[in-house]
Amino acid sequence: MNPSIDQVAQRPKSVANLFWAMTSLALQGFGGIFPISRKVIVEERRWLTNQEFVEEWAVAQVLPGPNIVNLAVMLGARYFGLRGALASIAGIFLFPSIVLILMAIFFEQMQDIPEVAGALQGMGAVAAGLIAGSAIKLASGLKGHPITFLGSMVFMGIAFLSLAIFKISLILVLFGLGFISVWLTYRRISALRKGPPLS
Amino acid sequence: MNPIQASDWLTVALQFAGLSLFSIGGAIALLPEMHRFFIDDHGWMTEKQFNSGLALAQASPGPNALMLAMMGWYFGLNATAVGSSPYGLAILGFLMTISCALIPTCTLAYTATSWVQKNSEKIFVIAFKQGMAPVVIGAMMASSWIVSSHNANYEIYWPNWALTIATILLFSFTRAHILVLLLGGALVGATGVIK
Repeated sequence: MNPSIDQVAQRPKSVANLFWAMTSLALQGFGGIFPISRKVIVEERRWLTNQEFVEEWAVAQVLPGPNIVNLAVMLGARYFGLRGALASIAGIFLFPSIVLILMAIFFEQMQDIPEVAGALQGMGAVAAGLIAGSAIKLASGLKGHPITFLGSMVFMGIAFLSLAIFKISLILVLFGLGFISVWLTYRRISALRKGPPLS
Repeated sequence: MNPIQASDWLTVALQFAGLSLFSIGGAIALLPEMHRFFIDDHGWMTEKQFNSGLALAQASPGPNALMLAMMGWYFGLNATAVGSSPYGLAILGFLMTISCALIPTCTLAYTATSWVQKNSEKIFVIAFKQGMAPVVIGAMMASSWIVSSHNANYEIYWPNWALTIATILLFSFTRAHILVLLLGGALVGATGVIK
């Protein structure tokens, strides 16, 4: 690992520079965009240190919307204000949208060929597995949760059943179940902070 | 499938703009709701189109949020009258849904950035983030389930389930690259075993 990564904080030279960095990041991101965005922003461009990147990412996760888009807005706004934020969003979406539209047109032309239709069905089955796999990786991060690992698993399970089996709307699940979970977590963290300091 | 009226475009635009503010954890958390909206409630899209859109967005580079744009793509395609130019409305749907999904969240991110940074040590910000996490992960798992569950007839669709479960195992326990997994899925699918 290059030792200078955790020392130097450079900044994008221009709005165009920011745009192309985001374009390069987005075009390398298949499925999970987190690893590649860390590599581009921290290691290649050195706009943030590892520590800063983790902090910014945490803020991006609290906000609704795609994490990478929120991160792009925050970075762009920090360096160039509104122009920077817009350039970042454009960089994330412009070229990937063109590629995806071309792929979709190609698929519409070719879908009568059984091998092409079959290949897409196969990729669909893999895509479902990738989503579940990512969720399982994230679930392992719930160890040490304030309401205990078991408690968080209960909330995860109820959320899954409500949406997948009982088809309850997402807004109800987030507001109802999410509110209870946030409230219990808040109480637990408050109690821990008021309690005797942990060594 | 139900026919699409001009006023239905507004319904779709409002659905994406309204729901986007609830997409904590990203676009994937919205899949169950979008599936209900397009297929169960309105019948504007087939199950196969919905899943093709997801697969194409996953196979293509860029953020997962483009899955939402593919729903607009198929909505526009299904709204196209027979004989008229094929992709105009599809591209319009693509651009409309992604814009409607992004404008509210990007505006919020832009205005909220400094406030959240100032308060990142406050208990309510930490509790919100950590408390929402299990619910959001449950929603992601539900998304995966909904994409798979139209194949509920196991005697016919067992190869689909086998491929999905194999992907979960390979993704969780090996360092196999996402592209390699998708390519593998395409090759298995091209043989015709995946229904």
